[in-house]
Amino acid sequence: MTAMIEISNAEKSFTMHLQGGVKLPVVRGVNFEVHAGECVVLSGPSGVGKSSILKMIFGNYRCDGGRIGIRHQGRLIDLAGAEPREVLGVRRETIGYVSQFLRAVPRVPTIEVVAEPLLATDTPREKAREQAGQLLHRLNIPERLWRLPPSTFSGGEQQRVNIARGFISDHPILLLDEPTASLDAANREVVVSLIKEKKSAGVAMVAIVHDDEVRGLIADRVVDVTSFAAAA
Amino acid sequence: MTDTQEAGDQPLLVTENLCKNFGRLAACRDISFTLYPGEVLAIVGESGSGKTTLLQMLSAQMTPTSGRVSYRMRDGVLRDLNALGEAERRFLFRTDWGYVHQDPALGLRMAVSAGANVGERLMAVGWNHYGRIRQAASSWLERVEIDTARIDDAPRTYSGGMRQRLQIARNLVTEPRLVFMDEPTGGLDVSVQARLLDLMRNLVSELGLAAIVVTHDLAVARLLSHRVMVTKGGQVIETGLTDQVLDDPHEPYTQLLVSSILPP
Amino acid sequence: MNAPVYNFAYLDEQTKRMIRRAILKAIAIPGYQVPFASREMPMPYGWGTGGVQVTASILGPDDVLKVIDQGSDDTTNAISIRKFFGKTAGVATTASTTEATVIQTRHRIPEAPLHAGQVLVYQVPIPEPLRFLEPRETETRRMHALGEYGLMHVKLYEDIARFGHIATSYAYPVKVNARYVMDPSPTPKFDNPKMDNCAALQLFGAGREKRIYAIPPYTEVVSLDFEDHPFTRYRFNAPCALCGAEDAYLDEIVTDDAGSRMFVCSDTDYCEARQAAGHRGRESAAPHKERAYD
Repeated sequence: MTAMIEISNAEKSFTMHLQGGVKLPVVRGVNFEVHAGECVVLSGPSGVGKSSILKMIFGNYRCDGGRIGIRHQGRLIDLAGAEPREVLGVRRETIGYVSQFLRAVPRVPTIEVVAEPLLATDTPREKAREQAGQLLHRLNIPERLWRLPPSTFSGGEQQRVNIARGFISDHPILLLDEPTASLDAANREVVVSLIKEKKSAGVAMVAIVHDDEVRGLIADRVVDVTSFAAAA
Repeated sequence: MTDTQEAGDQPLLVTENLCKNFGRLAACRDISFTLYPGEVLAIVGESGSGKTTLLQMLSAQMTPTSGRVSYRMRDGVLRDLNALGEAERRFLFRTDWGYVHQDPALGLRMAVSAGANVGERLMAVGWNHYGRIRQAASSWLERVEIDTARIDDAPRTYSGGMRQRLQIARNLVTEPRLVFMDEPTGGLDVSVQARLLDLMRNLVSELGLAAIVVTHDLAVARLLSHRVMVTKGGQVIETGLTDQVLDDPHEPYTQLLVSSILPP
Repeated sequence: MNAPVYNFAYLDEQTKRMIRRAILKAIAIPGYQVPFASREMPMPYGWGTGGVQVTASILGPDDVLKVIDQGSDDTTNAISIRKFFGKTAGVATTASTTEATVIQTRHRIPEAPLHAGQVLVYQVPIPEPLRFLEPRETETRRMHALGEYGLMHVKLYEDIARFGHIATSYAYPVKVNARYVMDPSPTPKFDNPKMDNCAALQLFGAGREKRIYAIPPYTEVVSLDFEDHPFTRYRFNAPCALCGAEDAYLDEIVTDDAGSRMFVCSDTDYCEARQAAGHRGRESAAPHKERAYD
């Protein structure tokens, strides 16, 4: 099985210059692999660095050391040492990321927010909108809301828009940070089935889930982040 | 992106060790970066950080003290901007480049109608049919959301936000590949700013433009750019993808800037 | 008391040399404005000092001089300038276009076609065609040097947008020898076609602005326009009231306090010549008009 993600010895700490230069180590010696079609769940107490690891894989956080191996267009590249342009390419084609909270450009209608990842890969506008609409339907976002920017939606609705945006394209790697956190039971079910569909399609996934039931339904492996904790 | 894969792989603007001194004052020190087609780079820094001087050198309006800026012309050849003749440089400035000034009055002919302002670049490259020029001007006004009924009004009669949008239309009419923007939303009301930024974002992505945006406002950088360069005292102290620099600032000055952004 | 003694045609020989050099340069670069050191003349700026300096530099004792102002030989200024050269150069003067070797003109080109060997000297107020659009001299010089004339079309565009047609009726910009854009001086656009492929040498002098430019004989001169708004000559509604000419530029003359007016040839020599040849217009009273001057 091909490893889609290969992290070796990754390390991250923050230096807060505004607070007198205090150094906050986050993770150290992070090692794990994720293969196509499997879902790895990161576990550990709050604040141990799970979200940080996801952000390091996405290239949002820069690593202080180690390798973030990503299989991109058939080759394994080190995202930690990649050119900004390459990282942008990886995000466009290979890695999708559903953050914990929706961060969308303001004043853009929901349907456009969701369609955007497809538009970035030159999908025709009408087709992209159509697919966006289908996903939004599935996630129970009523059509009358599609024209509105999501900033006025409830937390749960925003999260579902976030999920739609993350799931709409064919990225072979998906990163999910608490995808079901603000959702009711019915919508949780929808998200779980979406995840299962992606798995069968061969997508490699790394997820953070606090809900034991959901974890049980989606996880193929659990990686305990506590072993990577760098905090003293 | 509308670029072909081949064209998109070649750098559009290459800057190597660019320096500018004014007497003993080192306004810009050792600046190097590469810009690709379709990329938007924000140069962020406070007043006096050298960012406007840098923009002037990048757009061939000022000669560097040392270092080089090279641009890939439409025929695919990478040329040193300083080696271009004046005629070539001016032609480039009018066709393949755009320059959006902070004060739209500097980038417009205030006493001439909006249609003529937008049409001027076309006439400068030889368009000789009044009807077609007017048609092109009209469709661009529409694109920047200016009421086409105002095509014959002079920008003197426009509001600040409208003037800025007109300046953008005037620059984009020749389909430039690279647009320089100097504090494009400075001095505008917040709501006007927001609308203008939305417009710029859409146009940049629709037209596959590369852009270099100088701003002191990180929020503008967040909205518009893929990459950010933070300048202080004439040097680039931090560079990376916009989300990287904003979410994971390394340098003390960057952390200070990020913490100073007003929350949305 | 000693009467002042003037050098031939008023200017000293060194000055004439300087101006002739400028003229030669201007002829070598058709339509290009050559700077020259304009001298103090015995008339103020705005009264034709540029044209007078050019004429003074090229006059020889055998020349025959004609001076017109708005087409007429008998206006005050035309008479003054003709007397000036009569006094300082002693050359023969004439009102006949065909007999003259040097014609100095303010704001009109004579109707009678010019022939080889003649020189037409224009009086020019503002030589720079782009001046009203671009006030900076540094910028207009660059535009000419680089051939960047988009701005000129902006002016024409503005006219069409505002008036529905190109409203410039005089000082209509032209492109000379397919290179430089030139202001033909405030001649009516009616006269523009006469500049094209003209057998005579055309010289332009601006005294206050200190520029000389030239169109050598048989040079291409094209009026600027748009494909869908081509250059048209002005057409009058009726022929000249005195001589019946249908292809001449007409002046409007108010004849009484009740608002009656008649349209008469602006070129007085042309009109009189036609009348002497027997042509008559509607208003023509006597068979031959008395000349009111010497």
